[in-house]
Parts: sequence; structure tokens; C-alpha cells
Amino acid sequence: MSKPYWTKENFPITPNIRNPAGSLAFKCGQWRSVRPVIDEKKCTKCGLCVLYCPDDAVVKNEKDVMEIRYDYCKGCGICENECPVKAIKMIVEVQQK
Amino acid sequence: MESTCEEDKVLVAGHRACPGCGAILALKHALNALGKNIIVHLATSCMEVSIMGGGVFPKGEYPLTCPSLHTAFETGGAVVSGMDAGLRALGKRDGVNLVAIGGDGGTADIGIQTLSGAAERGNDFIYICYDNEAYMNTGNQRSGTTMPFAATTTTPIGQLKRGEQHIRGKLRKDMPAIMAAHGIPYIATASIAYPADLVKKVKKAANIHGPRYIHIHCPCAIGWGFPESKTVEMARLAVQTGAWVLFEIEDGKLTVTQKVAQRKPAKDYLQVQKRFKHITDPEIAEIQELVDKKWKELGLA
Amino acid sequence: MKNRKLLSGNKAIAEAVRLSEVNVVSAYPITPQTSIVEYLSEYIARGELNAQFVQAESEFGVMSACIGASSVGARVFTATCSQGLALMHELNYVAAGLRLPIVMAVTNRQLSQPLGMWCDHSDAMGERDSGWMQIYVETCQEAFDTVIQAFKLSESREVLLPTMVCLDGFILSHTSEPVEVLDQEQVRDFLPAYKPDADYHTLLDVKKPLAAGGGCPPAFTMEFDYKKYDAQEKGREMLRKVDEEFGETFGRRYGLVEAYRCEDADAILVAMGTMVGTAKDVADELRSQKGWRVGVLKLRSYRPFPKEEVLKAACGSKAVAVVSRAISYGIGAPVFSDIATAMSNASKKPVLLNCIAGMGGRDVDKKSLAAVFEKAIKAGETGKAENEVEWVGLNRNLVGG
Repeated sequence: MSKPYWTKENFPITPNIRNPAGSLAFKCGQWRSVRPVIDEKKCTKCGLCVLYCPDDAVVKNEKDVMEIRYDYCKGCGICENECPVKAIKMIVEVQQK
Repeated sequence: MESTCEEDKVLVAGHRACPGCGAILALKHALNALGKNIIVHLATSCMEVSIMGGGVFPKGEYPLTCPSLHTAFETGGAVVSGMDAGLRALGKRDGVNLVAIGGDGGTADIGIQTLSGAAERGNDFIYICYDNEAYMNTGNQRSGTTMPFAATTTTPIGQLKRGEQHIRGKLRKDMPAIMAAHGIPYIATASIAYPADLVKKVKKAANIHGPRYIHIHCPCAIGWGFPESKTVEMARLAVQTGAWVLFEIEDGKLTVTQKVAQRKPAKDYLQVQKRFKHITDPEIAEIQELVDKKWKELGLA
Repeated sequence: MKNRKLLSGNKAIAEAVRLSEVNVVSAYPITPQTSIVEYLSEYIARGELNAQFVQAESEFGVMSACIGASSVGARVFTATCSQGLALMHELNYVAAGLRLPIVMAVTNRQLSQPLGMWCDHSDAMGERDSGWMQIYVETCQEAFDTVIQAFKLSESREVLLPTMVCLDGFILSHTSEPVEVLDQEQVRDFLPAYKPDADYHTLLDVKKPLAAGGGCPPAFTMEFDYKKYDAQEKGREMLRKVDEEFGETFGRRYGLVEAYRCEDADAILVAMGTMVGTAKDVADELRSQKGWRVGVLKLRSYRPFPKEEVLKAACGSKAVAVVSRAISYGIGAPVFSDIATAMSNASKKPVLLNCIAGMGGRDVDKKSLAAVFEKAIKAGETGKAENEVEWVGLNRNLVGG
């Protein structure tokens, strides 16, 4: 049985959520069945994948490289479809044992 | 166009929208462009559920960094009017943009009364309508912006009836025209396939006072029947065939912001969506006529 | 030096709202509430009330605007009745569920169909399950006093539920009585400014981002419902407290009920609103002229229901006639059902009479109420009510039976 989120001392009076950006703890990447892989050699760093990702899963990291945050990537494939140089490929997720 | 840096993001990752959702992509751009000094009202809709549905509450997995409120489906315009009045009365109005967000249903149909009232009164708010052309939250039932002949669960294809049949001579309920009739200072249409145009319009709206209305075209892969990877491509095709026109109306003056030199035939847009897979040539011709008519109205070739 | 003015019920409400220094009013006109809204508009236009007025386009716009304003921390007032109250129905549940301390005056009027402008309690009865508290007033002075009490009650941290101040449409809203209009300073001392707290209240503040009104899974809904239930239970005690404090400060207290000559009564008539005044006169006349031991129990607080006070005042008598200006088709008057529920486990129960009167503004005159007392006395003697439901003042020539 999972730990209760509240006790009767701190249970709120309404289901209001006091946790801005709390969704960063929700790994919706677990939903996907295909994952994008970026070929860094082909990538021109145009940033369109970052722009078009509905899940904010593609970011330009500190090393100035396009990186997929697999915790949040739902595998929709928009990035692969929009990449002008075909640097992204969707591959089937390997079944974990 | 540079994407927003992490600390400034208003919509962050971990939301519960469908993979490939056009609407959440629209909100990503719009809300990040507006910045954190906003209070949002979400009408009952896909976006409301994705942002603060039942699954979000227990662990507080909330994807915004600004405050938001959901009341009911039809209330958007009136709630932000109340917020406007309340903040004004408390001397706290400055520096905050009030943003009402609704789907096409919550805007053009059930929500039109409160939006119209708020526009007519001249309350100070931005209204964002994200249009996926049906009531998608409840599973794809037709709305006032559903295109003619489109199959939805309440306008299915059968021997007696073939898809959406609203009043003849119109492609959809024309919300920008309705808002223009209210005389509000800023109206714009936008598309997720043209993010720079969308962000420019949102930022322009952010600095205007009074009622501002932005209507964003957001294809829905699940509802319209196309692979979710093609959401942005579908939005682009809508603009390239003229089925969706990008313009703004500033103080009554209309400007098309994305010209299309050589319009593709409407058929190219219709035949790649399952909601139109039944469509006949005469029906396609009718839609082409309506698209042409709209272009002519807007003073375009 | 008391400032006494001749004010209609609606004017008294408007004056009290002005003195309560509300921040936002949103309203839509509907007979017979209209003059409340008009007076408030005048006060704002003349700078006598420093508030924003949202001229909403319908009553669901009104309650939406009230919710919007309250959720950013404003003290909010509205007024409506009848069709307007029904139109707000969806949002009334939202306001109560978001725990927003909105105060609303309801000039009780019948609901269509049949269509009419006249007084009955059908409109507010439709909202009795919503979580809103409901207080029914008998006089213009009480209307004035209750608005001020209502803000204090609703805004108290343990309660935080919206309140309806109900006054009989036309009968009280449009008749004038002498009202002591309190001084602004006095009211401000009694009712300080509304100060919601972002860590507890539904308060939208960019500095403390909150998501309010979102979905709740079944695992928690009943607990939130229980919290509202508990808030009304606490509201009962808080109303007693606020009323007592009002009494000490201003010299007038009303209680959750008023038990008029009930201590030795064989028959008690239970009523809400202006009918109570008539009933008290009739009770006095019957006592002096016929020697019947009769009393009147005024229900002032309807939600939360004053169970304790009702049992204490009424269980000792032989018969209790509940006279209501509302009916729940298929059973009888809602207030009757509530009284019967309250008494269901009492060891000593009077005979209960379920009386419907005054629907659609039908005059509830002394003769009708005297007839009710007579039926009650008889029921007390025989141990049985003559009819399942008693329709008072009904024209049997038209409907038979």
C-alpha cells in the first residue's frame, strides 16, 4: 500500500494544487512504444525539433547539443517528421525484461 | 526562433496531453510567450484535463508555473471579467495578464455568451481559443467549427446523413469575424505550424489593453484520423491549401500575416484525414468553393 | 443617536452591502431583485461604494464573474432569484466547492412554469443541497443585519462557504419598514476586510501559483465533500457566535430559530420568512380569544439546519404544522422533510402536518393560518394528521378533492 499523501492534519479543504511545475516529477515517457534517436553528425542544430515538440522533451543542452529527455518523450514522432535533414529516427522501444 | 529557457517556462514537461497533441503545442508557445505574470482560466476541455485533470491532483503533477482556475465549460469570458474587476478593486491589476483558454466548443458554442459579454464590456483579458474542430475532450463530437462533411461521432457517415452538415455557404462558425463585430482591439488567427507568427501575435496581444482574441488551429491526430507524427504537417497543409488563413485584425484593420503564393488544392488537405475518407468529388468541390470564397472575402487571390 | 430610515427590503440589503464595503458586485436584473442592483449601481456611480460592477450578460455569467473575483481575493456580492438562481445552479455548486465566501441576496420568487413574479421559496429550495448556507429573514431590519452577519459567517476560516440571504419577493423586498442603518465605522469594526491566505484559501496569486478547480479522483472526493459538510456543521456554531456578537455590539440578535410562545404550546406552526410575522399575530389572537396554547417556530437558518433548536422548541408539543412556500413534487414540502428527519429519532415526537401555502405569491392571510392552527390542535388531540399533505388556501372549486 503506497504512502498516503496527506494526514488529517494537512488534508486541504479543496483539491487545489500548490505545486507549480510539479509535473516534472511525472515521467510520461513511460507511455511511448517508439523512441526518437538523434544522429548528431547529421544534426544542423536548427532547433525545429525543440520548437515542435508538444511535450517539451527535446532541449538544447549546455553542450549546445539537441538532447531528447526520455523521461518526457511520448514517442509521437513529430520531431522525426519535421526534421529538415532527417537526423532523427524513431526506433521501436526494446522490451525490458 | 529561440525556445524559452527553463526558468522562464510557463508550461513545463510532464503534462498529460496525448502524444502528438496540437493543442498543447499551441499552449506551449502561447503561454511561454506571455510569461509567468498571468492568471489563467481553463474551460472544461482537453487542455484543462491535461493540465489539471483528476490524475494530476494527488501528487500535484501540475505543468504550469502560473496560477490557474477551472470553473465550468461555458464560463471563460465571465470568470476573467470577474478576475479583472476583483484585481482592479484591490489595486492589484497592473502587470498581470488574465488569460481565458477554451477549445472550439468552449468558445464558439457553449462559451460564446460569456465571451461575447466580456468583449462587449471591454474587460481586460486575452482569450485563446485552441481549435481542433470538434469536442475532443468527450471523444470527438461535432462543434460549431467542425468542417462540412467531416465525420465525428455525432455526425457519422450513413446512408441518410454524411458527416457534418451545418448551414450552407460557411466553412465553419467564423469566430474571428464575430469577435471583430464586437470591435475589440486585437484579433488574430494562428497555427502551430507557424510558431514564430504565433509568438509574435501573442506578444503583441500581451501589450494591448482590453479584450484580445487569438484563435489557434490545432489538428488532432486522434480525432481527425492521421498519424500523430504528422500533427504539425497537417497544420501547415491547412494553411497551404487555404483551409486556414493566418491574419490579424488590429483596431479593425485586417492584415494577412502568412501569404500563400500558390495555394494547394483543398483535396490535398482533405484526403489525408480519416474524417474525410468518405468524401466525394462534389463534396470536395463544395469545400474548395468555400475556401475560395473565404479567400476572396479576405481580399486574397 | 440611531440613524433610522424607512427602507424597503431591497434598499436595506443594498445599504448593508454598501456598508460591508464589498469590492465587486456582479448581477443581472430580475424581478423583484432589480432594485438591489439599481441601488448598488447608483452608490458606485456616486462614489458612495468603492466597488467594481461587472454587468454580466446572464446569471451564469454573474456567478462565474463572482467566482473569478472572489478567487483573486475580493469580497463579492450578488443578488438574484427564480429563473436567475436556477440559471446559476451549476456555478453555485462550483462556488461552494471552491470554498468561496460569496454572499447573495435571493428575493424568493417562484420558478416557471407556471410563470409568475410572485413570492414562493421554490428557487432557493433548488439550491439547498449545493453547500450554500441559507438564512431566511422576516423583516427589513433583519435583512440589513443578516447581510453583514453573512459576510462574517462566510469569511470565517472554519466555514468558508457562500451564504444566501433569502427575503420574500415583493412581500419584503418591496415593502418599507423602519431600519436602523448602522454607522460605517461600527460595521467596519464588526466586519474587518476580507484577507484570504494563499496557503489555505482558493486564492490566485502569481507569486504563489495554485491550480484550483481541477479534477479529483474518486479516492478523495468524498473526503472533500465531508469537509464541506463539516464546514456547515461548524457554520451552525459560527452563525450562533456571529449573531451573538452582533447582538452584543448592536443590540439585536436573531438566533438560528425564534421560538415564539412555544414553551407550553400544544400546537406549533413552523414557518420561514414574512409568514412568521402573520403567524405570530394569529397565535396571539388564538391564545387570547380561544385559549388555545399555540406557538410559532421561525426557522431563520435553513442551511445549516438548526436541528437542536428545533427539537428543543417543538418536541414538547402535541402537533407541529410545518407551513412551506415550496413543494418537492412527489412527496411534500422540503422543509417538512427536514423537520421530520430531525425528529425521526426523538423519543417524544409530535404529530407532524405537511402544509403547502403561499405558492406563486398567494396571500397567506390570518384566516388561512388560523385554519392551520386549528388543524394542528385537532391533530394533537386525535394523534393523527387529517391529510398526508395539506394545501392551505387552495381553491377546491377548481381542483376538487
